[in-house]
Amino acid sequence: MNWRNLRWPLAALGLLLLFNLVFTPGFFHFELKEGRLYGSLIDILNRAAPVMLLSLGMTLVIATGGVDLSVGAIMAMAGAVGALLINAGCPVALAITAALAGATMAGLWNGALVGPLQVPPIVATLILMVSGRGIAQLLTNGQIITFENRAFEYIGRGHLAGVPFPIFLVAGCFLILHRSLTRTAAGLFIEACGDNELASRYAGVHTRLVKFIVYGASGLCAGLAGLIVATDIKGADANNAGLYLELDAILAVVLGGTALAGGRAHLGGSLLGAALIQTLTTTILTRVSPHFTLVVKSAVIIGVCLLQAPKFRQLVLRWRHAS
Amino acid sequence: MSASLGVPTAPPSPSSPESPPLLVLRGIVKSFPGVKALAGVDFTARRGQIHALMGENGAGKSTLIKVLTGVHQRDAGEARLEGQPINPRSPQAAQALGISTVYQEVNLIPFLSVAENICLGRQPRRLGFIRWGEIRQRAERALDRLGLRIDSRQTLASCSIAIQQLVAIARALDTSARLLILDEPTSSLDEQEVDQLFGVLRKLKADGLGIVFVTHFLDQVYAISDRITVLRNGTFVGEFEAAQLPRLELISHMIGRDATGFDQHAPAAPAPAAAARPFLEARQLGRKGSVQGIDLQVHSGEIVGLAGLLGSGRTETARLIFGLDRADQGRMELEGTPVSLRSPRQAIARRLGFCPEDRKVAGIIPNLSVRENILLAMQAQQGWLRYISPPLQVELADRLIATLQIKTPHREQPVRLLSGGNQQKVILARWLAAQPRLLILDEPTRGIDVGAKAEIEKLMAELARDGLGILFISSDLEEIVRNSHRVVVLRDRRKIAEMQGTDISETNIMHAIAHGQPEASR
Repeated sequence: MNWRNLRWPLAALGLLLLFNLVFTPGFFHFELKEGRLYGSLIDILNRAAPVMLLSLGMTLVIATGGVDLSVGAIMAMAGAVGALLINAGCPVALAITAALAGATMAGLWNGALVGPLQVPPIVATLILMVSGRGIAQLLTNGQIITFENRAFEYIGRGHLAGVPFPIFLVAGCFLILHRSLTRTAAGLFIEACGDNELASRYAGVHTRLVKFIVYGASGLCAGLAGLIVATDIKGADANNAGLYLELDAILAVVLGGTALAGGRAHLGGSLLGAALIQTLTTTILTRVSPHFTLVVKSAVIIGVCLLQAPKFRQLVLRWRHAS
Repeated sequence: MSASLGVPTAPPSPSSPESPPLLVLRGIVKSFPGVKALAGVDFTARRGQIHALMGENGAGKSTLIKVLTGVHQRDAGEARLEGQPINPRSPQAAQALGISTVYQEVNLIPFLSVAENICLGRQPRRLGFIRWGEIRQRAERALDRLGLRIDSRQTLASCSIAIQQLVAIARALDTSARLLILDEPTSSLDEQEVDQLFGVLRKLKADGLGIVFVTHFLDQVYAISDRITVLRNGTFVGEFEAAQLPRLELISHMIGRDATGFDQHAPAAPAPAAAARPFLEARQLGRKGSVQGIDLQVHSGEIVGLAGLLGSGRTETARLIFGLDRADQGRMELEGTPVSLRSPRQAIARRLGFCPEDRKVAGIIPNLSVRENILLAMQAQQGWLRYISPPLQVELADRLIATLQIKTPHREQPVRLLSGGNQQKVILARWLAAQPRLLILDEPTRGIDVGAKAEIEKLMAELARDGLGILFISSDLEEIVRNSHRVVVLRDRRKIAEMQGTDISETNIMHAIAHGQPEASR
């Protein structure tokens, strides 16, 4: 992992934690109650889990030079499918498999448009961003489908060794994807394709297949995130589940050092970016009125993005030299 | 060896001695960081004459045109239009002086009408409202001047490319135009369309306009131009009467080799004993809009040179063989098996490799490391799951870096930080790792220094000795002659000659390009 690229998001995260250490009593406090670990940091990681999952898939997509706007809608679809099947009396394993398979299919649909059919990624995934949420609303008749099923709810509400289960899902996904990138040729193909697609094609890389696959992976990650969100509130809310989360995921990827133009993929950086976004949100929420959240969040993020931009750093340096 | 160009500049003999030339450029110099694009170029254009500007890649044609049209400012030299010194600071300023330019690609708006395209950006207005009637009238006057009878209300997109090209000329020809510059206007036209364009040019010429014409097609130069100016490597070679300049001489001026009196080169190595069956055999291979009727054989261990001027179809031939473009005529066999390749992937699976001409665009993966760049084709061949283990990657990369003497501080260096010659070697290494049976090298020595050039030539010979078939494309005839066992010559997108053994010489190749057949067979 290239830590140089992560200097600024790491610094921002460090500053935030330092701020909380001083001004938020008990921020670093952990407590074991009824075999479960509680504390602000655990809470932040748990809440960040859906965006972290999205950002892992999004990292692959962005590394190929694309973008996936449909992940929020895929979350809503996966939640709806899971909830309906559980309420219809399906076994939990089948409901989960069906929801994830549907999400993967949705991702592969994007991949087919972007890869073989060469539709620009923004256009291709915008189609599913709009229609996917529409499908989810049709499935649920626009209602919140609630359910009661302890085994199914474990995905979003369960604890393993005292730690919320979603955190394990994120860690598992990260490990699997990280291994896929470093133990198979996938990483090389994805990064080559994003860095210079034409040259990769000339070298024999099946660039269209690469794109097809990364959108499928992004769909699968979104499906898992959708199940976490639905089981956490014990209900599939097609109108609000995953709404605008694609933007948080893209932001996390960019903060994590993966270039929007494609090239090197930084999975760990994206997780860090997602953690930064959630820490910021939590910090703001605990001190000022929720109305300020988006504005303050934007300000901090603009700051981090500017610090990462070489042009801006040059400007600052020149200005410092001049004065 | 060195191409001495003792050819004197033919004294300009204007058709009407009393009239001063329309445009005179003297000693034009233009430098860009690191390159001297023009080093003292002279150019003269006269009223009522068509003047061809010729030269190979990097000769300075485009730069000269851009200086003339105000896109670039000259560093030194003088320019006079009808005796008045001029120094256009922008294309608009040049246009105001009466210098109109039409570029290779039609820069018009397809969904506007012909009339709107002609008047775009200078619509007649009254009180801020566009006067549509006058737009039509103006456009029709402009089309009349070209003798073009088309409805000016139809959309541009509904016209053929040739008509679009003529509309571009109509747009360029303000009423005040004195000089018309056409930069490769015929590259996307078929024969009939070229005739139509030439008809219009002859009419404009008769009207007393001076015309400058840039093209790569020799036949067209002789069909239409009165005078020819040749540039080479940013220097002025000479100005000639088209009717009095034999083709062979024109080519020798362009590529900088004297047509007579240079040594016959023996091929670098004796041709390998021809195997019974060539590795690659193409028969009448072609594609609409690309090349036609290509017959080509490459045996294992053989270096076949593909010679021809810029635009003669060398790269197009390579693209057909490598599956980048699909052939729609003829057939191709690899080791006697007919194949129809639809992608580079299929070509690579059949043990073909291709180093493209444009290294930066189609060759290197700039931000990936030297190691990753080297392993890419090999890994692509092995597929997703048969991952080359990191220790083996390191070993392979280090070995190829050593074999090819790639100068890089480390195998993990991003390849964009290497020099051009070393980037080229990395791409060569990429193909060597993939172990092809036939390697196509398109201008492998372009833009790299002399030392690296020699190394790459040496490497080619060694690879051929080890049994690799090589199709070697180069603009440098000397290089072709020096390295090839057999040479195929292309002209105007057709194969026109093939020579081998002692028949291979620069003279013969130049004769073939000029006259359609080598000297020996005449």
